[in-house]
Amino acid sequence: MPYLIKNGIVVDPIDETLTELDVLVDNGSIVEMAKDLTAPEAEIIDAKGCYVCPGLLDMHVHLREPGYEYKEDIESGTRAAAMGGFTAVACMPNTNPVADNAAVINHILERAARVGVTRVHPIGALTKGSQGKELTEMADLQAAGAVALSDDGQPVMDAGMMQRVMQYAGMLGLTVVSHSEDLSLTAGGLMNEGAVSTMLGLKGIPNAAEEVMVARDILLAENTGCPLHLAHISTAGSVRLIRQAKSRGVKVTAEATPHHFTLTEEAVQGYNTNAKVNPPLRRQEDVEAVKEGLKDGTIDVIATDHAPHAYHEKDVEFQYAANGLIGLETAVGLVFSQLVQPGILSVPQAIAKLASNPRQILHLSGGKLAKGGVADITIIDPNLSEVVDPAKLQSKSKNTPFIRWKLTGLPVLTMVAGKPVMQKRRLLR
Amino acid sequence: MFWQRKDLLGLKYLSVEEINLILDTAIPMKEIIGRKIKKTPTLRGRSMVTLFYENSTRTRSSFDLAAKFLSADTIGVAAASSSVAKGESLRDTGLTLNAMGVDVVVIRHPASGAAEYLAKYIPAAVINAGDGTHEHPTQGLLDMFTIREKKGSITGLKVCIVGDILHSRVARSNIWGLTKLGAEVRVVGPATLMPLDIEQMGAKVYTELTPALEGVDVVNVLRIQMERQQQGLFPSLREYSRLFGLNQARLELTKPDALVLHPGPMNRGIEIDPQVAYGSRSVINEQVTNGVAVRMALLYLLTGGEYDAISH
Ligand SMILES: [Zn+2]
Repeated sequence: MPYLIKNGIVVDPIDETLTELDVLVDNGSIVEMAKDLTAPEAEIIDAKGCYVCPGLLDMHVHLREPGYEYKEDIESGTRAAAMGGFTAVACMPNTNPVADNAAVINHILERAARVGVTRVHPIGALTKGSQGKELTEMADLQAAGAVALSDDGQPVMDAGMMQRVMQYAGMLGLTVVSHSEDLSLTAGGLMNEGAVSTMLGLKGIPNAAEEVMVARDILLAENTGCPLHLAHISTAGSVRLIRQAKSRGVKVTAEATPHHFTLTEEAVQGYNTNAKVNPPLRRQEDVEAVKEGLKDGTIDVIATDHAPHAYHEKDVEFQYAANGLIGLETAVGLVFSQLVQPGILSVPQAIAKLASNPRQILHLSGGKLAKGGVADITIIDPNLSEVVDPAKLQSKSKNTPFIRWKLTGLPVLTMVAGKPVMQKRRLLR
Repeated sequence: MFWQRKDLLGLKYLSVEEINLILDTAIPMKEIIGRKIKKTPTLRGRSMVTLFYENSTRTRSSFDLAAKFLSADTIGVAAASSSVAKGESLRDTGLTLNAMGVDVVVIRHPASGAAEYLAKYIPAAVINAGDGTHEHPTQGLLDMFTIREKKGSITGLKVCIVGDILHSRVARSNIWGLTKLGAEVRVVGPATLMPLDIEQMGAKVYTELTPALEGVDVVNVLRIQMERQQQGLFPSLREYSRLFGLNQARLELTKPDALVLHPGPMNRGIEIDPQVAYGSRSVINEQVTNGVAVRMALLYLLTGGEYDAISH
């Protein structure tokens, strides 16, 4: 079925332009992009006042399959992605078993082909079992379809091991995604270290726990030439280190999550386990530095670190609660409410961080709408508002601190390979 | 004034009036403890459960006696002997006790925020008897009662808390309560045992004992947990004692009539010299009696008692 997207504003995140163009889609591809197109056989999608964007890609998602299907699975996770305007996600390897061999990567891709609503790009593990001891068969992982490598959640603490990881991954041209955290500094920490942790009597995690590892990983990337992507940056010091590294030409990229540019440690008050996340929510000055880093290009990517956890894993005393929050369905609303409307990012800049930059880092094509290109398209209505309602979330888990937040600027169409999977805030499959 | 709250979770959440109401109510309670026949029928037909996930003979006995002096029925649930060991959630344990008709649940728990979590889910009154490193409000109140009784008023006093501030729920409750009532609170201890930004709670921070003790009206000495040394937070008990132990010579730095408090149990010869612990300035044993009085007052207020009905 051909579709004609009429009257929308086409966002080109690479040339940083906004152009009023109609887009004709057929057979999974973009057939034509021009003003005042007509196509009598096509179904019309009215995009008046909306941004027509290259399909968004969230490069940091935990789909939990295989092993933790009670939290999320590939079907529910990609349904959440589609609701959130993402045509693709990259999923982290901390499943059970860990995605540290080709068989698990193949399994994820097969399941995604069968039940996935969006595209799924698996990320393989850096070390076997993410234990930080032995290299994985990285070439095998790559051949099976892994788009990058990471031991997310279990940082490689041994610097010598990380050096070998980067040498080997660099040889294959695979990006290493680092969850930069020095576990000896976290040491059982539960939230950001500061006045709030002191008052609540919760063990604090200092900014240095992240910054020490960011600095180490940058130096190792510089040494090895391996492309390094720093996940979920949360502190002002990290932003400064990345900015310096980029200025001297180190191949480093970085991401920030919507919760880290929106919330501070104050969100934990009242022992709110939905605000328990690693890295923790930091202080206002860190939030400002992350926004500044997004604005000046130090931070290349916005990714959610979508981390579903079951109700009973969050409905416990704070120190026993699991770390993480779901983010796929609130990301676009937070980007528009927190960054685009206040003028921190232009629309093309925001879409670059959600669509083109992550694809470059993962060596995936797309990220720009062009005649002849794949029709992965996200349409965003910048004026549409919705209150976050847990009952309406597609994710199996509802662990978000944004419940009852009113978000403005929402995806109204998610099209994967020329087929709408979400339209007008409703899933189509 | 009347007590309005369902629970006592921490001194951070109380107003000056509420703190004073508790302390005032504890005065006639202390008088009951002084009687030959201590039993009063005030809470007959009411029930209290002590739900302790950490051992503390001292705090538990204090609550038990407080309830018994007021004729309430009491049972104790210890973590080891209950379904807790089988992994039942705190919420479910609380709901079960509540369903059995309990009026007051006294909880001691290693996790900060546990009392607040429990209070959210059960209609019964919850008293926090110490949650992690968050608060120990009844200890804070008994310390304040002791100081007020001896000094007449708390306003304008200088109070120095010595020791492991980082892990101390007693320190936090004392800071909240004492600063609300107009005292100056100083905290002193090793830099590795001092929580970040504690100034924002209203305390003055010292890492040297001498200036911290100068001219204070009260010294509250905290127990040093041996395990902190194993965690590498200070090099040795010897050096801890040398830098932060309260002895007679150091006590001379305080006001001549300064009081010495300790929440107990003491490590004699480490954080406190026996000469000081049993000396004329020590009110450590009175703290224990006052603990029962304050807990009687709380049980009374939380089950709907009015101050006017008990004062004379
Ligand atoms: Zn991570």
